[in-house]
Amino acid sequence: MEAKLAPATGGRCCTCWRELTAGFHVYHKITIWVPESCLLISIGLIVGAIMHSVHEEPPAVLSSNVFFLYMLPPIVLDSGYFMPTRLFFENVGTVLWFAVVGTLWNSIGIGVSLFAICHIEAFGVQDINLQENLLFAAIISAVDPVAVLNVFEDISVNEQLYIVVFGECLFSDAVTVVLYSMFTFVAEMEVVEPEDVFLGVARFFVVGLGGMGFGVLFGFVAAFTTRFTSKVREIEPLLIFMFSYLAYLVAELFAISSIMAIVCCALTMKYYVEENVSQRSSTTIRHVVKMLGSISETLIFFFLGVVTITTEHEWNWGYILFTLLFTFLWRGLGVLVLTLIINPFRTIPFNMKDQFGLAYGGLRGAISFALAFTLPDSIGRKQLFITATIAVILFTVFLQGISIRPLIELINVRRTNRDVETINVEIHSRLMEHTMAGIEDLCGQWSHFYWKDKFMKFNNRILRRILIRDSRAESSIVALYKKLELQNAMEILDTVSGDISAAPSLVSLQGEKKESTTPKKTFMAEDLKNMHDLLSKNMYKIRQRTVAFTSKHALPNDNQPREILIRRHANIRRSLRHGSFQSTIPRSQKYFSLPTGQNLGSKYSSVRRRYADDHETMSEVAYPTRRSRFNQPKRSSSGAMMPLHMLETLKEVPSTDVLNESQSESFSKDHGKPQTGSSYSDSRFPTHRRHFNPPFDNNNGSADDLRNEDEAEEEQRRRHRGALRPPPSWAAEPRDDALRNPLLRRPQWNPKK
Amino acid sequence: MGSRASTLLREEEIEEIKKETGFSHSQITRLYSRFTSLDKGENGTLSREDFQRIPELAINPLGDRIINAFFPEGEDQVNFKGFMRTLAHFRPIEDNEKNKNPPATEPLNSRTNKLLFAFRLYDLDRDDKISRDELLQVLRMMVGVNISDDQLGSIADRTIQEADTNGDSCISFQEFIKVLEKVDVEQKMSIRFLH
Repeated sequence: MEAKLAPATGGRCCTCWRELTAGFHVYHKITIWVPESCLLISIGLIVGAIMHSVHEEPPAVLSSNVFFLYMLPPIVLDSGYFMPTRLFFENVGTVLWFAVVGTLWNSIGIGVSLFAICHIEAFGVQDINLQENLLFAAIISAVDPVAVLNVFEDISVNEQLYIVVFGECLFSDAVTVVLYSMFTFVAEMEVVEPEDVFLGVARFFVVGLGGMGFGVLFGFVAAFTTRFTSKVREIEPLLIFMFSYLAYLVAELFAISSIMAIVCCALTMKYYVEENVSQRSSTTIRHVVKMLGSISETLIFFFLGVVTITTEHEWNWGYILFTLLFTFLWRGLGVLVLTLIINPFRTIPFNMKDQFGLAYGGLRGAISFALAFTLPDSIGRKQLFITATIAVILFTVFLQGISIRPLIELINVRRTNRDVETINVEIHSRLMEHTMAGIEDLCGQWSHFYWKDKFMKFNNRILRRILIRDSRAESSIVALYKKLELQNAMEILDTVSGDISAAPSLVSLQGEKKESTTPKKTFMAEDLKNMHDLLSKNMYKIRQRTVAFTSKHALPNDNQPREILIRRHANIRRSLRHGSFQSTIPRSQKYFSLPTGQNLGSKYSSVRRRYADDHETMSEVAYPTRRSRFNQPKRSSSGAMMPLHMLETLKEVPSTDVLNESQSESFSKDHGKPQTGSSYSDSRFPTHRRHFNPPFDNNNGSADDLRNEDEAEEEQRRRHRGALRPPPSWAAEPRDDALRNPLLRRPQWNPKK
Repeated sequence: MGSRASTLLREEEIEEIKKETGFSHSQITRLYSRFTSLDKGENGTLSREDFQRIPELAINPLGDRIINAFFPEGEDQVNFKGFMRTLAHFRPIEDNEKNKNPPATEPLNSRTNKLLFAFRLYDLDRDDKISRDELLQVLRMMVGVNISDDQLGSIADRTIQEADTNGDSCISFQEFIKVLEKVDVEQKMSIRFLH
């Protein structure tokens, strides 16, 4: 039955209930205990009940076409685009193992057991043959992680578990769809020959791998295209969507896994595209991808709710109950067995708690429902299957979804009562945790490190040359400058009562030393409690890359890294500023991150000096005019990399126009030529790039956002230098100093190597 | 990976490092390949820039200090031995080591040495005391923007008050050890090094 979409009712329903979901997010408390999918289904149920009571037909019916062509791609693209790539590739083996083998295990297990009980006469389902059972089993094997990820987000589950669940969902969708089409085809045949089975298996692999290949191909094509879009910024997002969708459609055309294709396309192209397109386009793409994905998903849940009420159900106690039982059983068994096999190959094996999370987190969702709903009518017991699927989905989503959070919290060892812990312990423990995270990153604690390194070399030498544009247009600078988030960050610097970079200033440092010891303060218990609260709320969390990506309906949040980076820049600027005033202070005091005896006069001095200059010129502070300072490289090396890091991103954003505009006011620069802004940038950037390509080796997902931020920051500083408009939040130092200041004249820069 | 790295790292060196740090042969070779991949200049030593290229360290609040811990006083380069020596602090303490007769010199990954590493992250000027200012600096690095100077100051005061037993308003290393006696430092400051 394919009713036409009734636009009025359908549209109205969609929009107003989507707003309701948004409303739920505002009231955070609900979403803690009730996962979002529950809410969506509930609303669908309510609407369905209303419709049923007025005897109206449901507004729209999912047809196979509508689902597969319009609703599934956005969901999958959303998942694929925001997949944390580095984490994913570290765990790709496990993810694929669970997704492919796990789904197969589930389908076959459930299918066969259901077929076994079909023989029991009491249930009255003898007419379902093996193929149909397998088909049904394939449908309900597809896991949907929405609820699970919502929960994981707040409990800081370890990254490995997170990425396995996330990846498993994604690829199990693909596997399920493949199995679905395979079994549909088989179910319609009267007799199944062994060669058909064998062909089926072979086809499975062809389809899967072919999908991946297609996806990667389209990803590269998309990346390549964006290389040339510098003149037509506005259509960049369109290109991305077009290529992704094209990958999907072409894969469908050739009957290979379209989900795999679009996911691989998104994974491949994201890295290169984000470098090529303008900031605005990048933001647009992310927002639209998220939006479309959210809409699609909620629509499907909505239909689920409506259909539950309004269709004729065929209820069969035996079949449905056994389905539920087998679903749990086989999932639990599957996770156990699969983990046993894969644990020896993993660098960080799964413990029992992880396995429980995996097993219990196997919620079914949107895809299962849609697949069931679009079963061909030739299947005799289609209605039973639909009812059973809905029952399984509702059961898992509501019961498991709501109970998973308390269960996981129960299992996790609770921290000791915080009031008993001293402040010391809290602070020092956090320090130790940060240290360990840093050391782990330093050691590159992942396997396949060798391959990653190789791939990175290949990437830098060949791929990046082809796929990434050499120079970017200037309009991106303007866009960068106006970047709202950056201004927000600056506002943070401005408005917070304590300066974000406020370690005690040097003056007060000296003052404190001279002061007699301050009278001992006594702290009440209440003060202590406040302190504990303050610390626990405000101390930076350990690098948890997962947190940034977990919310399905929100964009990645990178406030913490941004704050840290901003503070480092401010620290360096400040240390330079103070250094110029009081050179008598021992160096250790100047550099808030460095130990004493720091010998900065090493062979890197020339490079550092260069960036020292950068920072100074970028600062709004007027320096005393002492050129001698530059002869001693005094820059803290810890900061040296930061500008390096930033400037290397600048190589892609030559600020020719900006500097041209500001040329008249800008400082004179070195390199022995009368510096115009543009020639400055030209001479700088190519050498920059040559030198600083290597640092991109390790640049990956988590740093991508940062680079954009750094870029934007750097740009803003440049603008300030050019003094085109009043800086939004910096202290109002006379900008003219920049001109007259001979400090801004740079010494000769000798490119390293 | 394995073969290329081993030829550059001589067997005697591996043995030395093994004796000094307690790492196994495979762990040492693996870390050596990591060392070489970080060493862009390919001169057998790492500089600060090499470390700072690791993006995750850039967004670690204590990134700079961790990097500095690798460099001995006043030096800018660290060779592989020094690299391993610092990393040895984070080796887990194995049970069989606890039972053996204590070696002549304290192993690098003993509880005291682990605590010393943490202590040195605070104590920049190496005067064996954490002053209020040093504590404030680190606190500020670890904490976000929403805490005012006053609040942070009182937190620092309270911290010193809790730990300070000899009344000099600084935390000495002994006081540091004492205040963390209930914390499972061995577990907190160890990572599983891969083979």
